[in-house]
Amino acid sequence: MEGSVSSILKKFDLSDKGNLIPLLQEFQKKEGYISHTTVSKISRHLGVSKSHVYGVATFYSQFKFTPPGRNSIRICLGTACHVQGGDFLLNTLQIELGIEPGETTEDRRFDLERVACLGCCALAPVIMVNNNIHSRVSVIKIKEILSKYE
Amino acid sequence: MNNFSDIQKKAASEWQLLQQNPDPIISLGMGSCGLASGANETWNTVKQLIVEKNLKIQLSKVGCIGPCYLEPLLDLKLPGQPRIIFNNVDSQKAERIISEYLINNEAKLKPLGHLDKNKKPSSGIKSFWELPMLKDQERIVLRNCGLIDPENITQYIANGGFNGLQQAFKKGAEGVIKEVEISGLRGRGGAGFPTSKKWQFCRDAKGSSKYLICNADEGDPGAFMNRSLIEGDPFALLEGMLIAAFAIGANQGYIYIRAEYPLAIERLEIAIRQMLDHKLLGENILNSGFNFEIKLKEGAGAFVCGEETALIASIEGKRGMPRSRPPFPVTSGLNGKPTTINNVETLATIPNILREGGKWFSGFGTEKSKGTKTFALVGKVRRTGLIEVPLGISLRKIIFDIGGGTYKPFKAVQTGGPSGGCLSKEHLDLPVDYESLTKAGTIMGSGGLIVMDDNACMVDVARYFLKFTSKESCGKCTPCRIGTARMTEILNKIVRGDGELSDLDVLQRLAKTIKNGSLCGLGQTAPNPVITTLKYFPEEYIAHIEDKRCPAAVCRDLVVYSVIKEKCTGCQRCVDVCPTGAITGPRSEPHNLDLELCIKCRACYEICRFDAIAGDAIVIE
Repeated sequence: MEGSVSSILKKFDLSDKGNLIPLLQEFQKKEGYISHTTVSKISRHLGVSKSHVYGVATFYSQFKFTPPGRNSIRICLGTACHVQGGDFLLNTLQIELGIEPGETTEDRRFDLERVACLGCCALAPVIMVNNNIHSRVSVIKIKEILSKYE
Repeated sequence: MNNFSDIQKKAASEWQLLQQNPDPIISLGMGSCGLASGANETWNTVKQLIVEKNLKIQLSKVGCIGPCYLEPLLDLKLPGQPRIIFNNVDSQKAERIISEYLINNEAKLKPLGHLDKNKKPSSGIKSFWELPMLKDQERIVLRNCGLIDPENITQYIANGGFNGLQQAFKKGAEGVIKEVEISGLRGRGGAGFPTSKKWQFCRDAKGSSKYLICNADEGDPGAFMNRSLIEGDPFALLEGMLIAAFAIGANQGYIYIRAEYPLAIERLEIAIRQMLDHKLLGENILNSGFNFEIKLKEGAGAFVCGEETALIASIEGKRGMPRSRPPFPVTSGLNGKPTTINNVETLATIPNILREGGKWFSGFGTEKSKGTKTFALVGKVRRTGLIEVPLGISLRKIIFDIGGGTYKPFKAVQTGGPSGGCLSKEHLDLPVDYESLTKAGTIMGSGGLIVMDDNACMVDVARYFLKFTSKESCGKCTPCRIGTARMTEILNKIVRGDGELSDLDVLQRLAKTIKNGSLCGLGQTAPNPVITTLKYFPEEYIAHIEDKRCPAAVCRDLVVYSVIKEKCTGCQRCVDVCPTGAITGPRSEPHNLDLELCIKCRACYEICRFDAIAGDAIVIE
């Protein structure tokens, strides 16, 4: 792990503070979330304070601070999905998984996150599991979709 | 320039060869909406069949052609014949098409239409472009979407690609700005500022290095025009950026794109690589002496970053918070240098204007709003998808002629995303242009059109948007930070059935304060959804407050679900879908619904075929 971390850090020029967000993104891609250690490393590498790194990271909804599950569910709550019943889907997912948005199930099988729009409005409501978009999801279809992911 | 004309010639002959194809060609719509509808499975099936049956077929990817509700769309080009397109092609249908058209030669399955640009029927097949959803459209910026392979620069060049850039180099920077001025193009990101003026300001600004930023942070929930456009024709955007940068004198460009659009990012990366290979990016482009490079910056999920100064802060690696203007970015933007920020659609329109002339472009649209605009037509409308229409077209034409109307009676249409407003039936004949929409209290926005029918509750819609903006408010201006939260609280109270009439006055007052007291567009427009719904649908607020009922049966605290015994046939469909087991009963006998267990998930309501279950609004005492 240590080797891959320094290879990420090496890719980014430390004089350019604009690299903070791409760095955070790269770490999240690799490790699934932004850990305490990651923040320390980035702060040392770019020569900015830890609170600055946290300040930026918490501003953007993309960054997670808890380890994700094996499968990530993103439920779209954009306008089109809302109008087509996205809220009802969220409700069902919460009941099925027993977690709130932002949490991970105990067995680490799923984590749940709400997003503003996945850009598939014409096929609303949609949910995204890992990188697969499921379209025209209904309360009825949810169980079937979840069963596909272990 | 000789070099490039060789490339053009080669591209044209390759395209020609493709048109006379000795082997059949199958193209599959592989945009995000296609993929969401299962295009990947179709793709795998076709691929497998090609291997299994040893077929000589060329298989290629195309972007989204528009009618998302018909995805996955597959088009087939038999040797020497026009392309014909099939809708909703799952694996099974793909197998049937291949066996009927390519193996057994007995074509029974009717295609949706042919894609020949000449719109006449051909060999008994209607033109795709004459279908109700497409016939009133005017495709300029979308002209290549769904027709060319977005990962193949040759196909773009063969279809007039980079002609606009050549024209731009011929005309010179001032000439380009003049041409754009003649076209009357206004910013397609929503505000509608004249593009030529923005460019002129930036060109005139002092400073040796300047930047061009493409705003692809399509944050409006309910809008996906930019995603589709980039996925379907990334080169058009990149050519537009080259022309814009040449006009303002920038050598460095950024595309700030949402991380939620992985496919669009991938296609842009491929396109940029191919342009570098063809020396259309980098140094001395087409021997013009002009240098330009483009970097991709992935957004990290903050709606406010659609605002110019917030976007710049984000690229600089800071929290995406807007700052006061002036100075405007055109004089002091990224790293303090003059910066022009244009929307994806604006930039992708530019090559067409340079190629065909500004005068031609200004022939579309109205006196003050020229040209065409893309819209994401979504919500409770029959035909959903991406459309492009001349400005000035009426909402009625868009919703009813192109969109095919709604299933239940039409109630409202929401334009402009969280900054826009809801318009009612009375506005159906309103022409869609910048001025008319602003006058009605909403905005053009980037182009999301969300249609709502009787199933939508307008108070709930207003609450939805305020919840969104209060979450997305960056927190810098107190009226926006606290005000939107207060408005959300009041709306929550109303949908719970605890509202009072005086709350409506407070809402109005807060709306005014937030509008006047916020720095950026987010705060200045955040109250619009409440203001317009209060203005056009006051009766719905009154019903929630005075009668404690939700006429659309949406607001969960104000409805109960019950089985109407006389209508229930005991088909058990609702029993199967109920996630909590609240509905019980033997087959063929009316079912029981246990209110204690009911979580109001609406599953039974949606699945019932006999109208036996209805979310009935009730009075709460």
